[in-house]
Amino acid sequence: MQIYVCVKHVPDSAANIHIVDNLKIDESVPFLLNPYDEHAVTEAAALKNQVPGSEIIAVCLGKKDAESTVRSALAMGADRGVLVETEKTCDSMATARALHAAIVRDGPADLILTGKESIDNEGMQTQFRIGALFDFPVVTNAVSLAIKNGKATVTCELAGGRTRTFDLTLPCVIGAGRGLNTPIYPTFPDVVKSRKKPIETITLSELNVPAAPGSTKIVAMTPLVQKRHPQKITGSPLAQAAEIIRILRQEAKVLS
Amino acid sequence: MKQAGIIIEAEHGQVKETSLGVITLAAKTADFLTALVMDGITHEITEQLAEYGIHTIVDLSLPEAPAIRLNPAVRATAVVQAARELNLDRVLGLSSPEGKDLLPRVAALLDAPLVMDCVDVDLNTGLAKTSQYSGKVMAQIQLTGETLVFGVRPNAVPPEPRPVPAKTVVMTENKAVPENITLLSWDNGDSEGRPSLVEADIIIAGGRGLKNKDNFSLIIDCAEKLNAAPGASRVAVDEGWVPYALQVGQTGEKVSPQVYIACGISGSIQHFAGMKTAKMIIAVNKDENAAIMANCDYQVSGDLFDILPEIMKQL
Repeated sequence: MQIYVCVKHVPDSAANIHIVDNLKIDESVPFLLNPYDEHAVTEAAALKNQVPGSEIIAVCLGKKDAESTVRSALAMGADRGVLVETEKTCDSMATARALHAAIVRDGPADLILTGKESIDNEGMQTQFRIGALFDFPVVTNAVSLAIKNGKATVTCELAGGRTRTFDLTLPCVIGAGRGLNTPIYPTFPDVVKSRKKPIETITLSELNVPAAPGSTKIVAMTPLVQKRHPQKITGSPLAQAAEIIRILRQEAKVLS
Repeated sequence: MKQAGIIIEAEHGQVKETSLGVITLAAKTADFLTALVMDGITHEITEQLAEYGIHTIVDLSLPEAPAIRLNPAVRATAVVQAARELNLDRVLGLSSPEGKDLLPRVAALLDAPLVMDCVDVDLNTGLAKTSQYSGKVMAQIQLTGETLVFGVRPNAVPPEPRPVPAKTVVMTENKAVPENITLLSWDNGDSEGRPSLVEADIIIAGGRGLKNKDNFSLIIDCAEKLNAAPGASRVAVDEGWVPYALQVGQTGEKVSPQVYIACGISGSIQHFAGMKTAKMIIAVNKDENAAIMANCDYQVSGDLFDILPEIMKQL
């Protein structure tokens, strides 16, 4: 089985984000493999164990330094990587087109895995766009996955414990959710081995990706700071509880 | 004239408050509003939609059979057909759990740009406002294209009545099920009757301070008394005390309730990413130095095991 995993190079979730020129972030913060993509790579590695002979290819669109994220995917079990290098900032329409073109160029896909969203742009849509470009079925926020007889049986979570279980014919696209598995944390030997695995670098312009009929572009950025001025609620637990209820009723007006 | 189509979410025969908020937001900048209703129209739904400013109510008339009606591919195709037939050049919906699955499908099928989780949109200029980088940044995004799609954060806009006369149209296109995606089963979990995490007015969430799984029932019980949604920090989920569905934070749900009551939660940057847009934050914590105590509206320094039972007693 040829399994492609689309991965994204994103700022560390714990990083302090500073805005430059009211338009972009200062990128001198640590960048890592997108956390949801870790679940996608982990699931691909598990499927490879079940279907011997499978190959996992990590595909990434990003700047040159995104190679470290592809390397992380290799340390987690991907066999090789493809980095589509660009200095441009690509929105999800352009990203999906680039990833689609890179996969088509590389070989036939049986399964494409992604994270359910990236923690930087939080767009939640690249997997659906890749699916539409291939005309493959798509599901997202997958919390369980089994491949059998040319079909993927996938359970997806809708929140609140609500789930939907689907049969998808292969090839298909699956957006991994956090409930899918526990990500592999690579050992030192895994990291060493990953250095020898191949990463093919191609430029976005080499791919000749057709332009999308629409786009999204950031035109302004401001820090989202909500300065709150805490007031203390003191007294006995009885008095504190009474005050909380008063606030809920009279100030927030959420209790009758 | 901008023709905006709004995907309506209804529950128990009524339009959700959060969906009415989307109508109010769209009405600010669109001339003509069309409601796209998927799961049947009741008299009450018709009245609500007219009361809040909808000019045309479109019954997408999805098949009754749940395996077809709930299939997201069928739903997305129905919305796309309606958008094309009615020349809707703006499509809006909620960034709710359903919306997160439906809107990106619609945008992908229309090959149209989409911004999810918007807190404001201008349908004339195609400008959207949304948070990025785990809620650390507010970005203004310019969408360009023939058709634009927007996901609106639940509770971002309070609904305001704006009565207009409404007419109803029934769409009867073929709702064939695609062969490559079959809905086998669905489970509504044990959250029936409880407000959903992303749409609740009140969320009461627990973290490390709950200490174990059994103790977490205190949060669940208190949520029931307050008609609130229970939530949890990542620690509580990672420890296996509650399912992932309850997690609030960067890798959980992003919520904007009227009130967020954080109990025994220290307030990591990742947790804040999910709840910082709550209108009011009440922190209950024994540790006065916990990060959340400096970044809330009301700090309650004390033992949650004393305070929460007292709240339940007094309600």
